[in-house]
Amino acid sequence: MKKIEAIIQPFKLEEVKEALKTIGVDGMTISEVRGHGRQKGHKEVYRGQEYQVDLLPKVKLEMVIPASRLDEVTATIVKAARTGKIGDGKIFVFDVVEAIRIRNDDRSDTAL
Amino acid sequence: MIRPSLLRSGALLTTLAAAALAQTPAPTVESKIAALEAAVKSAQTSGDNAWVLVSSALVLMMTGPGLALFYGGLVRKKNVLSVFMQCVILMGLVSVLWAVFGYSLAFGEGSPFIGDLRYFLLHGVGADPMPDYAATIPHQTFAIFQMMFAIITPALICGAFAERMKFSAMLLFMTLWLCLVYLPMAHMVWGNGGLLNYFLKGSIPCLDFAGGTVVHITSGVSALVCALYMGKRIGYPTEPMKPHSLTLATVGACLLWVGWFGFNAGSALGAGSLASAAFLTTHLAAAAATLSWTAAEWLKHGKPTVLGAISGCVAGLVCITPAAGFVTPVSALIMGLLVGVVCFVMVAIVKNMFGYDDALDAFGVHGIGGTLGAILTGVFADKGVNSLLNLDKGNAAQVMNQAIGVAIAWGLAIVGTIIILKIVDVVIGVRVSRDEEVDGLDLSQHGEDGYSYES
Repeated sequence: MKKIEAIIQPFKLEEVKEALKTIGVDGMTISEVRGHGRQKGHKEVYRGQEYQVDLLPKVKLEMVIPASRLDEVTATIVKAARTGKIGDGKIFVFDVVEAIRIRNDDRSDTAL
Repeated sequence: MIRPSLLRSGALLTTLAAAALAQTPAPTVESKIAALEAAVKSAQTSGDNAWVLVSSALVLMMTGPGLALFYGGLVRKKNVLSVFMQCVILMGLVSVLWAVFGYSLAFGEGSPFIGDLRYFLLHGVGADPMPDYAATIPHQTFAIFQMMFAIITPALICGAFAERMKFSAMLLFMTLWLCLVYLPMAHMVWGNGGLLNYFLKGSIPCLDFAGGTVVHITSGVSALVCALYMGKRIGYPTEPMKPHSLTLATVGACLLWVGWFGFNAGSALGAGSLASAAFLTTHLAAAAATLSWTAAEWLKHGKPTVLGAISGCVAGLVCITPAAGFVTPVSALIMGLLVGVVCFVMVAIVKNMFGYDDALDAFGVHGIGGTLGAILTGVFADKGVNSLLNLDKGNAAQVMNQAIGVAIAWGLAIVGTIIILKIVDVVIGVRVSRDEEVDGLDLSQHGEDGYSYES
């Protein structure tokens, strides 16, 4: 099993969700996060007080999938989330040791 | 075609009426006139009373939720409740103090500087009008209307010490401030026999229609003293302290704009044409200042901001307050255009030069806007607008009187606030501890969280 953590532009969330749904991935957890990589922030001015805003709003998707589907899923996310500009985000992949469905104690791939 | 049965009943009624008249003696002309005068008086009282009562409610709405939302949106998320609480608790605290002795010390005829205790516990403040203040509304209505002013004035100061003042210290500060600064100033300008009262025998007749000196200079200047005395918030100005919700702040500013019609047009203390004149000047000054602040900021920083627009509207409302019932609509437009630019320069440029932390710009907007308004009232006041005035536009002597009134308001606010802060600092300590400030006042002072989405 693999865990995928994808940090994407907030406005790309719907597109990515739809694309994942069409290839049959329907379990995921989404959080609104803030962060920055190479993308520069922007300037905000409040009554003459200037603030450099470095941490930009992003959306983080987390999902655990069978290892066999890894390439297919990451390719789908990349295709749907890409605009070609700095700030599109990143995908991180982790190995998962175990998954347990709390309702009925299903284990591993069956639990996904 | 009228049916015979109707005709018959009509004739019967006429007969009955004639019989009734014959039994009572014909009313004299005098009694008819007296009855008519009483009816006219009662009609005027009803109309005037309705407007001033509605205005009183509008002015209370300026504090909560108007000012609470405006200030609350401008602070950081961890302090939003502390600002709301300051506004709400003042609605309680000042109302009680007002009923016990506040109204009496402001409006009882005492010395030129402070009233007496004739209205202690609102004794003698009843249904009959108090002709010196407002001849057509119950004395109670006048006391209610003035109470709402006494509530919002100290609340304005909260903008300067936001995010760092101890709640218990704030309660003591506000109680003392009402006694030492607000009540004397209100008495001097509006009270019977007050030193600066234009209409009631003041020796230095200073014009203040709805509270430029009494409300905005006293609160704004005291705010500056508080900001200087208390020092900067931890991290100011290097850490970002941007408004946590300009959405709330905008809603609050719009409520202030609406409430201000009660503040200024209500200060006509009647529902006649003077209320309309004050309503119009109030609105036009706010509109013009909204535009001028936005334009100034657009030119200076490249973007027209929402915060700039709502700050401009408040600055315009502040500036027109002392002048609302004394100046023409064109003068109001000029005042609005001027104050929008002046206050923008104050908060966006001058404040940063001096480096004091007036967190929400209570001084920059109310102190400066109020001072400009009070002086310009002398410049633009015109007996063509208000027949009670005895001067034309551009009366140099009146500008001088206004300046004296402004100087007294500044002096009283500075000296009074320094003394009060010293007392409060010794008795309680004005500022929260470092840890409490970092945690935020919502948690450290009130044990609550403004945005708890879990429940």
